[in-house]
Amino acid sequence: MPNAILLPALTTAGVSASIAAIARRFVPLGKAATFKEEHLDRRTFLALAAAVSASPLCAEAQTNAAMRIGLSPVFLDDQLSFLNDWRDYLQGRIGRAVRFVQRGSYREIMDLLLEQKLDFAWICGYPYVRNRARLRLLAVPVMEGRPQYQSYLIVPATDRTTNSILDLRGKVFAYSDPDSNSGFLYPRYALMQLKETPERFFARTFFTWAHRKIVEAVGSNLAQGGAVDSYVWETLRLYHPELTVRTRIVEKSPYFGHTPVVARAGVSRAEFDTMQEALLGMSQNAAGKALLKRLNLDGFVAGDDALFDGIARMMRALDARS
Amino acid sequence: MLRLHDLSFRYKIPLRSSVLMLITALVVTASLIFREYDELRQDLATTSGHLGRVLANTLVAPLTHDDPWRAYEIINSPFHGGASESNPQTASLVMVLDANQRVFVATDPNQYPMLSDPSRANTDFYELWQAVAKYNEPDTRAVEVRGSKAIYMVTPIISDGYRLGTLIMGYSKDAFLPRFFGIAKRAGLITLAVLVLLLPASWYWGQRFAKPLVDLAQSMGRIGKEIPDEGDVRLYESKDEIGQLGAAFKNMLQGLREKQSLEREVMLSERLAAVGRLAAGVAHEINNPLGGMLNAISTYRRHGNDDPLAARTLSLVERGLVQIKDTVSALLVESKVQSHYLTRQDIEDTHTLVQTDANRKLVRFEWRNGVDETLPLPSTLVRQVLINLMLNAIQAAPREGAVECQVEREGQALRVQVGNNGDYIPQERMEHLFEPFSSQREGGHGLGLWVTYQIVHQLGGEIVAESVPDETRFTVTLPLAEAA
Repeated sequence: MPNAILLPALTTAGVSASIAAIARRFVPLGKAATFKEEHLDRRTFLALAAAVSASPLCAEAQTNAAMRIGLSPVFLDDQLSFLNDWRDYLQGRIGRAVRFVQRGSYREIMDLLLEQKLDFAWICGYPYVRNRARLRLLAVPVMEGRPQYQSYLIVPATDRTTNSILDLRGKVFAYSDPDSNSGFLYPRYALMQLKETPERFFARTFFTWAHRKIVEAVGSNLAQGGAVDSYVWETLRLYHPELTVRTRIVEKSPYFGHTPVVARAGVSRAEFDTMQEALLGMSQNAAGKALLKRLNLDGFVAGDDALFDGIARMMRALDARS
Repeated sequence: MLRLHDLSFRYKIPLRSSVLMLITALVVTASLIFREYDELRQDLATTSGHLGRVLANTLVAPLTHDDPWRAYEIINSPFHGGASESNPQTASLVMVLDANQRVFVATDPNQYPMLSDPSRANTDFYELWQAVAKYNEPDTRAVEVRGSKAIYMVTPIISDGYRLGTLIMGYSKDAFLPRFFGIAKRAGLITLAVLVLLLPASWYWGQRFAKPLVDLAQSMGRIGKEIPDEGDVRLYESKDEIGQLGAAFKNMLQGLREKQSLEREVMLSERLAAVGRLAAGVAHEINNPLGGMLNAISTYRRHGNDDPLAARTLSLVERGLVQIKDTVSALLVESKVQSHYLTRQDIEDTHTLVQTDANRKLVRFEWRNGVDETLPLPSTLVRQVLINLMLNAIQAAPREGAVECQVEREGQALRVQVGNNGDYIPQERMEHLFEPFSSQREGGHGLGLWVTYQIVHQLGGEIVAESVPDETRFTVTLPLAEAA
């Protein structure tokens, strides 16, 4: 019984933090009622726990908790065996448990991150730019020697006539995610530059919530056009050529800062450095290289905030219009 | 040209039974296929009804949130998981229509692009829509459009009583075909196997069934040229129709044979009667002048001279005339001669009379006289018949042969049987047996049997000659005029 250990421990205020951590982890809320009998009602306990977690000691408590890393569909996040290997690798590097958190959209990952429920997250440049104040840039992936990527405008391979986005007027268009740069922000910006209104230009648009599915939607002709992350498209071409072969690239955007790995503002210096070192060091050893090869990346670099200025400019332009 | 109609039953029956077998196999196969189609439809209704309800429920959210990609993933899910293309239970098309009957999303975006009017790509959907526009239950309903190659399962997508759209699942009937071909192929093989087993049996039974008919037909075909003998006609014996036919045919043959022999007898007796009348006429015509001539010779002797030449000449003439008289009187059977009734002794006397001839030839004579009363028959004539027959028999029997004679009363008739074991009389001679001068035997004038025949006929009886190798037998039956 944890209660038996808890009660004598509570008398010593000095170790209350560790007790709270244990209590938080082991006692389900329903069980809290049992504390009443021992002259410690639930409210008191919760107040105590809240006080403890707010104290500086909390960080220390969390060194034993798992490192929570949010993953979004900016890369092929549906390869579970790869994620397993990658987690094992990271755990070995940082000496702590790592927990990957996956959600269906960028927004959900961003919300978790901003609510401090994640420590790190691999997100898109667009939400990073929008929430730059509350995040810290940890690493940027390097592909083909540069920490940048593009947005591809793709059409079905059967379509031999489309030469630019302007040819897709009145067609069905697939975006990946409303918080995606390459899959949403850039195509709309491009249309705006061409003096078109993105909302009226297409007959219909829809979100697939993942870049990979943009390729599927366009390949099956469900959408007559789509905007996709060049990194995802190129990786798919490597591992699933049957998908990319059904699409044709019509336009390639200018280069933008690659999808960044960021830390929430509250992450400690030590944790930030450990994590950054783990990611950046992947290209330095065989195990890391093997994982990078599966990711189709050269490696991770620390990156410069200025990489995302282009995205920020597009964001401001679109924001100003609305 | 040989027409099917003219074929022998030997071939017709097996052919017909083969045709029957084929027809049976076809009907059974057709009913199997029909049943399979029905079952497939039932299965389809059950499976797709279930699937339709699940999909329709799941599609509420994507429709409400205007999320075609999720809807696309949902409607594509029945195609994943290794369902083979040829499985008729796999939909060939799944489509979601929005509230305005435009394509929200379809598994085949090439043919049914988003926002398009599906009836423009396929006119099935015009009729389909007419059928389900008013249908507002959240249950799957099967719709068959006339002339369409697909069966459609339609499920309205309803949330909180409001119709968001319609889920349509199309099942290609073509996918049923391989199943039908499979069944037809299997049925065909089984039919073939059954035919291989049953055909020889059916040919055998056909042959067996046809054989009595064929035999009967062949036997009938012979009539006209001849009447087949009893032993020649081998017919199937049974009580069934063919057996009855055979029996009737045999009766007919018997009748024909009897008629033929009757005709022959009548002809024979008429001929003999004619000959008899002729002989009697001639005899009378000769007898009158003959009597005169003999009287003249007698008168001349009594009153004439003693010229030796004339006496020798007259004697020569008289001998010739007497011989003529003997022959004529032999021809002229006189039944009206008065004589006493037949006694046992009369019969015994005839035995004694022929004994000398029999002994000379060393024949074994078997004599049986069964008459011990006086019978109302003219004794002279009966004795003559007996003597004639017995002398003939002794004559015909070989040296040291056997002769038998049997006389007995049988009811209101006297029966005389005389047999010998000499050469038998061939058929062609039988026909002329009782005609005068028909004998080919040396020494006889050939009137014995003729006289016998005449006597028997004048007494109202009959004479029958039977001759087989080693036995020739004459049977005389004389009716008794009145009680003795």
